[in-house]
Amino acid sequence: MKPRIAVITFPGSNDDRDALRAVRLLGGEPVPVWHADRDLHGADGVILPGGFSYGDYLRTGAIARFAPAVKAVTRYVEAGRPVLGVCNGFQILCEAGLLPGALIRNAGLSFVCRWVNVRTEARPEGWPGWEAGRVLQIPVKHGEGQWVGSPEDVARVEERGQVALRYCSPDGLEDEAFTPNGSTHNIAGLRNERGNVLGLMPHPEHAVDPDLGPTGGIAVFAWLFAMCGAEVSA
Amino acid sequence: MTKAATAEEPLHRALGLTDDELAAIEARLGRAPNRTELAMFAAMWSEHCSYKSSKVHLRTLPTQGPQILVGPGLDAGVVDLGEGMACVFKIESHSHPSAIEPFQGAATGVGGIVRDILSMGARPAALLDPLRFGPLDEGRNRYLFAGVVAGIGGYGNSIGVPTVGGEVKFAPCHSGNPTVNVLCLGFASHDALLPVARGGEGNVMVLIGAATGRDGIGGVSVLASRTLDERAHESRPSVQIGDPFAENLLIEACMELASRGVLRGLQDLGGAGLTCAVSESAARRRVGADLDLDAVPLREPGMEPFEILTSKSEVCLRWGLAATAVAKLRGGGQLYVRHGKTVVAKVPARALAEEGPVYERPIRRPAWIARLREEDPLKSPLPLPLADAFLAVLGSPNVASMRWAFEQYDSIVQGQTVAGPGGDAAIVRLEGTVRAVAVSTDGNGRFGLLDPYLGGLHAVAESTRNVATTGATPLAITNCLNFGSPERPEVMWQFAETVRGIGDACRALNTPVTGGNVSFYNESGDSAVHPTPIIGAVGLLEDYRLLVRSGFPDGGLLIYLLGSTHPELGGSAYADAVLHRVSGKPPDLDLEAEASLQRLLVACGRADLLAAAHDLSEGGLAVALAESAIAGGIGCSVSLPIDWDLEPHIGLFSESASRAVVVPRAGQGAAVEELAAQHGVPITYLGLTGGSTISFTGLFDVPLSDAIVEYEGAIPKLMSPRRTQN
Repeated sequence: MKPRIAVITFPGSNDDRDALRAVRLLGGEPVPVWHADRDLHGADGVILPGGFSYGDYLRTGAIARFAPAVKAVTRYVEAGRPVLGVCNGFQILCEAGLLPGALIRNAGLSFVCRWVNVRTEARPEGWPGWEAGRVLQIPVKHGEGQWVGSPEDVARVEERGQVALRYCSPDGLEDEAFTPNGSTHNIAGLRNERGNVLGLMPHPEHAVDPDLGPTGGIAVFAWLFAMCGAEVSA
Repeated sequence: MTKAATAEEPLHRALGLTDDELAAIEARLGRAPNRTELAMFAAMWSEHCSYKSSKVHLRTLPTQGPQILVGPGLDAGVVDLGEGMACVFKIESHSHPSAIEPFQGAATGVGGIVRDILSMGARPAALLDPLRFGPLDEGRNRYLFAGVVAGIGGYGNSIGVPTVGGEVKFAPCHSGNPTVNVLCLGFASHDALLPVARGGEGNVMVLIGAATGRDGIGGVSVLASRTLDERAHESRPSVQIGDPFAENLLIEACMELASRGVLRGLQDLGGAGLTCAVSESAARRRVGADLDLDAVPLREPGMEPFEILTSKSEVCLRWGLAATAVAKLRGGGQLYVRHGKTVVAKVPARALAEEGPVYERPIRRPAWIARLREEDPLKSPLPLPLADAFLAVLGSPNVASMRWAFEQYDSIVQGQTVAGPGGDAAIVRLEGTVRAVAVSTDGNGRFGLLDPYLGGLHAVAESTRNVATTGATPLAITNCLNFGSPERPEVMWQFAETVRGIGDACRALNTPVTGGNVSFYNESGDSAVHPTPIIGAVGLLEDYRLLVRSGFPDGGLLIYLLGSTHPELGGSAYADAVLHRVSGKPPDLDLEAEASLQRLLVACGRADLLAAAHDLSEGGLAVALAESAIAGGIGCSVSLPIDWDLEPHIGLFSESASRAVVVPRAGQGAAVEELAAQHGVPITYLGLTGGSTISFTGLFDVPLSDAIVEYEGAIPKLMSPRRTQN
């Protein structure tokens, strides 16, 4: 089965075309969706791509959460369908309340574009297409990627196994020196409790083509495809 | 117009026009120009827009070749990539605005060059930012460096165009005179290009983009065409304020409009705003235009005609952009500007765009140059142990890793970056094909200071060699010429000599000039920048899977040196970092030898013979080997050839031109030797890759980890927050 994956383009999105290309490369059917669209064209899964939606004016993701397409995403999530938010997409998911906490300015105060290692974390009740304990090489590129939450949020995401990815050394060891943005508990990616939403700062769509570098991003798409009842072809 | 005309200073002078230029305008119009017309002429006849001091020299550059689709004169040059595809590229300077307001100055420099590429119908695909600053031990230089890098990132990252390279160098002459150049390249199919002046009388000009505001007024005449003085900060309002979000939408809107085939031309609002765009578009089509200022969307009410006409504010409804018909092309060649019910300006479009003054300014070889060249660094003994000198050069800001800057740039968006910053050249592929473009910027100000002709030669040779080292065939160059005031004969001599060098190198290496930019008046007080020609070279890599990278990929491989080494330390990184002096004669450059070397590198790449290759430049052989070791995470063990008969430090740090280090794939050493012989390029065996040290037999060993600390740590240490202050 070829999963139909919607990629929502906002004014200011940049990595939407990259996400569409990655879906195609991995054997899915990319479905472009415009931010003003009120439905998701019957897609099996959705990607909120990276970039600077609405110029990131006011606050990253703060305006995008009101877009008609994001309203559709909220209903879609409630229906248990899978959503992947990358970078600006992760920021939008937090603003929309679909994931806890917020993403603030990097601890170093500068934009950072760099290949990082992230470790896949287990979900106690299991997660389709997800193998825990792997170290994936995926690039980050963001100015606001430091995940923070209230003490209750932080405790809850840890207790309920919502941390999906953590920055780590090449050997998979946690060490703040390998976290590019000062993120709490080295968190690089989070899932919701129900397990159908994943937000992450690294860009898996830029780590799928062996001609361009490591392919750690495929593991992230493997989850999204599995949630659609399909497998990636790579 | 940042300062009002006074009784002592008439309006035309306040606007940057000379008395003679005013007389020429009056002769052309047959009457005195009014205030609005004067402002339009001041912008279009500024040094920045009219190239009045540089034109006579630029005319000598080679611009023709079978690979050139569009040469100089339009918004950007275009080179053929084969298979119906073209690469549009150009470099520009935004140094003056960046000296005053580093973040916005650099950001809007990116915005401007991106629109130039867009104007040719191409989607912007990559940016490179060659930068020059004063030494980082001065707080203001750190502030400028940090601000410019953040501005480039803030803008480039937001518009979704990857920044894939551009080198950063430091010299005292750039304190107060930072050099900020930006190169953009884009791709288009031949039939999508918009280079020809199609559409004449009756066609409507639609202004799309951001609303026009009061920023950037006088940017070309007041900022870019004058020397910055102690009152420079007063020109801050002449720096435009960028809106990358609007630019992002503009890119998408223009690409969509172009793909629908509804455009007959696209013109960027560059240096002189609407005046420039409308007069150039009309003049190019040999017609005039009616421009209605009332139709221009304004950010604030009550703007005067001259402000609307010269504002460079950053520039279609699906994308949420204002699109307004503002002008109509008309016969007769006159440009009418209307505001309310009155005609506020009536001037021939060609008088503005094409009939500006041309000066053959006096030139004089500076007296100090002979003295400086006599102080040959070869005469000075090595003042440090050799290993310490090696680490000092490796950790000097002009050699050290620029990761601190590069990591603030998104180098991978668009998903076509095969090799980003840090290698010899950046590699960007054409989506859906195996073809890629290699692009590199280079220019050595120290060489330019000591011998501007050689500086021009080296800049072209070095940038094209970087391209060839990756296996790509150099096709063409664009240049950004950064100099002091053209009104000083010594500067004009440096300029003329540099252009002569660039021309000779481009002819010999078959890389015509497709255009570029001249940035004069880069001086403050009595210090001018070194003559700094920045060359952006573009080449074609027919199959990016054959890309040759610079890092040692594995141990146990043979290392060879291509080219000949001579005792040449004049203007070298060693002399600068260890002897603290910029003197002597720069290395000679044999253009025949350079061309042979580049052909050999391309042949080796095409035959897939090399596991790694790295061009030799600043820091010579020692730095090239260290960089390849660091990039690959693998050490090396080499010996300097006995027959060199050079003192070790000279052999290690000489910057003789036309050389590269190559590492043949396992078992291909003999094939590379044979190919080198066929091309007439000297080849010397040096040693082997492998281990965890950089080892020069009989001289010294340095652990790779120590080299990495020096190379990677130098800039972060200088820029640590503790030290960075406004």
